[in-house]
Amino acid sequence: MGQEMLSRRAILAGGLLAGGGLMLSLRLPTLARAADSAAAEFMPNAFVRIEPSGAITLIMPNTEVGQGIYTSAAMLIAEELEVGLDQIQVQAAPPDLSKYTDPSLGDQATGGSASIRGDWMRLRQAGAAARVMLMTAAAQRWTVDVAGCTALRGVVHHAASGRSAPYGDLATAAAALPVPTDTPLKAAADFKLIGTSAKRIDTPSKVNGTAIYGIDAKLPGMKIATLAISPVKGGKLASMDIAAAKRVPGVRDVVQVEDHAVAVIGDHMWAAKTGLDALAPVWDGGSNGKLSSKDIVAALDKASQSQGVVAKDEGNAAGAIAKAATKLDAIYELPFLSHAPMEPVNCLIHVRPDGAEVWTGTQVPVRAQNAVAKVTGLAPATIVINNLYSGGAFGRRLDIDMIEIAAGVAKQVPYPVKLVWTREEDMQHDWYRPYYYDRVSAGLDAQGKLVGWTHRVTGSSVMARWAPPGFKNGMDPDAVECAAETPYEVPATFVDYVRAEPQGMSTGWWRGVGPTHNVFVVESFIDELAAAAKQDPVAYRRTMLDRNPRALAVLNLAAEKSGWGQPLPAGQGRGITLQFAFGSYVAAVLQVEVTAEGEVLPKHAFVAIDCGQVINPDTVEAQIQGGFILGLGTALYNEITLADGRVEQSNFHDYRSLRMNEAPLVEVFQIRNQEKPGGVGETGTAAAAPALGNAIFAATGRRLRRLPFGTGQLQAS
Amino acid sequence: MFSLLINGQTHEVDVPADMPVLWILRDVLGMTGTKFGCGIAQCGACTVHLGGEAVRSCLLAVGTVGTQPIVTIEAVGDNAVGHKVQQAWLDKEVVQCGYCQSGQIMAATALLTQTPKPTDADIDAAMSGNICRCGTYVRIREAIHAVAASA
Repeated sequence: MGQEMLSRRAILAGGLLAGGGLMLSLRLPTLARAADSAAAEFMPNAFVRIEPSGAITLIMPNTEVGQGIYTSAAMLIAEELEVGLDQIQVQAAPPDLSKYTDPSLGDQATGGSASIRGDWMRLRQAGAAARVMLMTAAAQRWTVDVAGCTALRGVVHHAASGRSAPYGDLATAAAALPVPTDTPLKAAADFKLIGTSAKRIDTPSKVNGTAIYGIDAKLPGMKIATLAISPVKGGKLASMDIAAAKRVPGVRDVVQVEDHAVAVIGDHMWAAKTGLDALAPVWDGGSNGKLSSKDIVAALDKASQSQGVVAKDEGNAAGAIAKAATKLDAIYELPFLSHAPMEPVNCLIHVRPDGAEVWTGTQVPVRAQNAVAKVTGLAPATIVINNLYSGGAFGRRLDIDMIEIAAGVAKQVPYPVKLVWTREEDMQHDWYRPYYYDRVSAGLDAQGKLVGWTHRVTGSSVMARWAPPGFKNGMDPDAVECAAETPYEVPATFVDYVRAEPQGMSTGWWRGVGPTHNVFVVESFIDELAAAAKQDPVAYRRTMLDRNPRALAVLNLAAEKSGWGQPLPAGQGRGITLQFAFGSYVAAVLQVEVTAEGEVLPKHAFVAIDCGQVINPDTVEAQIQGGFILGLGTALYNEITLADGRVEQSNFHDYRSLRMNEAPLVEVFQIRNQEKPGGVGETGTAAAAPALGNAIFAATGRRLRRLPFGTGQLQAS
Repeated sequence: MFSLLINGQTHEVDVPADMPVLWILRDVLGMTGTKFGCGIAQCGACTVHLGGEAVRSCLLAVGTVGTQPIVTIEAVGDNAVGHKVQQAWLDKEVVQCGYCQSGQIMAATALLTQTPKPTDADIDAAMSGNICRCGTYVRIREAIHAVAASA
C-alpha cells in the first residue's frame, strides 16, 4: 500500500494540473499505455479497476472523514477479490448517483453511520464478480475447468497444471467477459480479512504530513481567499472599505457574494485575513437583529405545549399514567451545537467558461456538483469534483454552503481560488444541531414497574430541509429515532413530534443525529424512574429487557467490566446508558468524580458493543473511544447561543473541546457474532451524555436535565 | 525579506514581518503538513519546533524567528525521537481524521526529547494544548508511553 499511496501523493503534489483532476490524473498513464498496446483495463463494476500493468484500484463510495471507511470498504472488496490491502490503491468516487448512491441514504452521501450497512453486500459482490471473471479468463486461456482454479493475492492459480497468472495479465481478457450477477459470497468462516484489525491504509500519510486534505490542495496560479458572512442570519452588507483592503500588501481582489457575504482574495491567507480586517464590513442585521437564545427557547417551550404528530401510540399511556401510583414529569433540553471539525471548511475551485473543477472534502459529492452548477450556470457534467480527505466532518460536510459560496467567488475571477474560512466564520455560520425541548412523563405502579411513558419531542426538522421526501405528514423520523423505539418493553407508550423551526438559526446533521438527542432523554429519564422506584439503575433496566437478549447482553457486559455495584470513593459515581441505534447495541458505564467546587472529572469509561459482524475490530474500538470523548466534551461544555441575532461563540476558547488532561480512559468490549453489521461511527457519541448525566446523579444526587452540564449548573446552587 | 532555516534548508521569503510562520509554510512554501485549526493558539494543529521547542506557528510572527531553526512534520522523522513517535502512531493506530496529528506528533516529539520517560502528568501538561476533535487521546497517551518504554 505504501508504494501506491506514495504514487498517489506524488501525483497530488506534482500534479493537480488545471483541467486534469485527481481521477483523470490518476488515469492518464493508464490511458496512454492502453493506446500503445491495445490492452484494456478491467472495470467490471463501479468499485474495481484492474489495469494490464497490474495496478488494482478500488473506488470508494464513501468519504474518508476519519472514521476509517477507506480501510473497511477496501477490506470488503479485497476479501472477495482475493487481494491484500498492500496490493491496492484507493480512489474517491466521482459524483455519480447511478453508481454510488448509498442504498440506505438514497443519496451519494456519507452519514448516519450508514456506510458499512450500505456497503456490506454491494462491495463484497463487486469484489466477487471481478474475481470470478478473472478466474474465468484464466481458465479459458488455459482451456481448463474454472472449478480447478483458485485465486490468491491477485494471482489465479491452476494447481493441476501448475500454471498461474497475475490479475493484470488477465485484465484485458476479463474485460471482454459478461459480468456475473449472482456470484456466491464467502461464508463468514472463510473470511481472511473481514474481522481482522487490518492496519488503516490512510495512516502512513497522516503521520508524516503528506496526506492531502481539501485545505491543502493547490493549483498553479491559485489565490487564497477568506470571507465574512453576515453575522445575523438574513442580514445584509451595509458598507465596507474596499480601498483600505486593497492597500494591504498581497491583496488582489474584493468580491461580494450576493448581499450577505464578502471575500478578500490575496496571495496568501495572511493577506486575505488582514485585508478582510481592513475591509471592516458593516452589516445590517435585519429582522433577526435583536434575536436572543431566550426568545428561541421560549418559542420552543410554547410549541411543546400543543400535541404533535404521533410517532408511536401503543396501549393507553395517558390513562396508565393517570392511574399510576407514582407519576414523574420532566423537561430535557439540548442546545444548538456547532460541528467544529479540526479542518475549517474550505473549497478550492477553478471556474472556467467551459466548466469548473473543485478540490475539497465533502460528504455529498453530487450535491457539491449541483451546487456549483446552480451558482455558475454550468452543466453538472462539466464540473469535476475531487473529493479529498476531510479533517473531520461530524455532519458539517453534509452541507454544501462552503462550496456554493466558493463558486460564487470564483465565477467572478479568472484564476483558481481556494476559499478558507476562519474558525470564527465556520463556528458562527454553521448548520447547527437543533435545540431540542423534550417533555417526558411516566407512571410507575406500586412496585415501581413502568406502566406508561410519554415523550414529546419539539425542535427543528433537519430532514424536512435536507431530505424532504423523508419528511412525511409532519413526521421527521430522525427527530424521534430512539424515542419511538427503545430497547425496553413498556406496556403503554405515546411519542409525538412538534416541528418548530427556530428563528434566525440554520440547523443540520450533527454526529449521532436523532440518537444523540433521544438516547440522552430516554436514558436519563429511565434513570430517574429507577431512582423513584428505589432500584439499582442496571437492575431496573434488566427488568424491561426480557425480549431483547442482545441489549441485555451489552448492558450486563458493560456493568460487569465497570465493577458496577462496587464501592467508590466519596464524590464519585457510575452512570449507565443503553441504546439500540444505527443497527448496533451499545451500553456504557462512565465513572466520574464531582469535586466540592462542582467540577466534573470523567475518570473511566467502559463501553460494550454488539454491532453484529465486525469488519475491523480496531476501527470499531477507535470509533467508540473517540466518539465517546467527543460526546463527553460536548455534554460538558458545548452550546451555541445567540445575542442580538449573532452567535456568541467563536473559537475553541469559548467552544471548548475535551483535552488530553480531561479525557478518561475509554475501554471497549466487543461482542462478536455474525448478525448483520451495524453502524459504529456515532454510537459512542450518543452514549456519552446520558452516561455522564447518570454518573453525576450517582455522585451527587443531582439530576441535570439541560445540556451542557459543565457550564455552571453544579456550581449554581 | 526574511531568511528562514526550515528543516535544514534556508528559504528566503518576501513577506510582512507580522505574517505568522503558519501561512509562510502553507501558502508561500507549499508545505501543507502543518495545519490551520484556530488561528489563536488554542488547538495546536499548527505546532512546529522552533529551536527545539514546540510552538504554535499560527501566532509566530516571522519577524521574531531570527536564526532559530524551524522543524515541521515533513522532517520530524529525520530526528530519532520524531521517527519513533511516528512509528508509535502507526503501531497504535492513533489516527482518525488525522488533521490534528501533525501537531500532536510535533508536541509529543518535543516532550519525549526533553523528558524521555514522561509520567501521565507530564503528558497532560505537554499535550493538553493540542485538541483532537476525533478524540484520539487514549491512543496518543498509549503511543507516548510506548515510545518511552522503548527508549
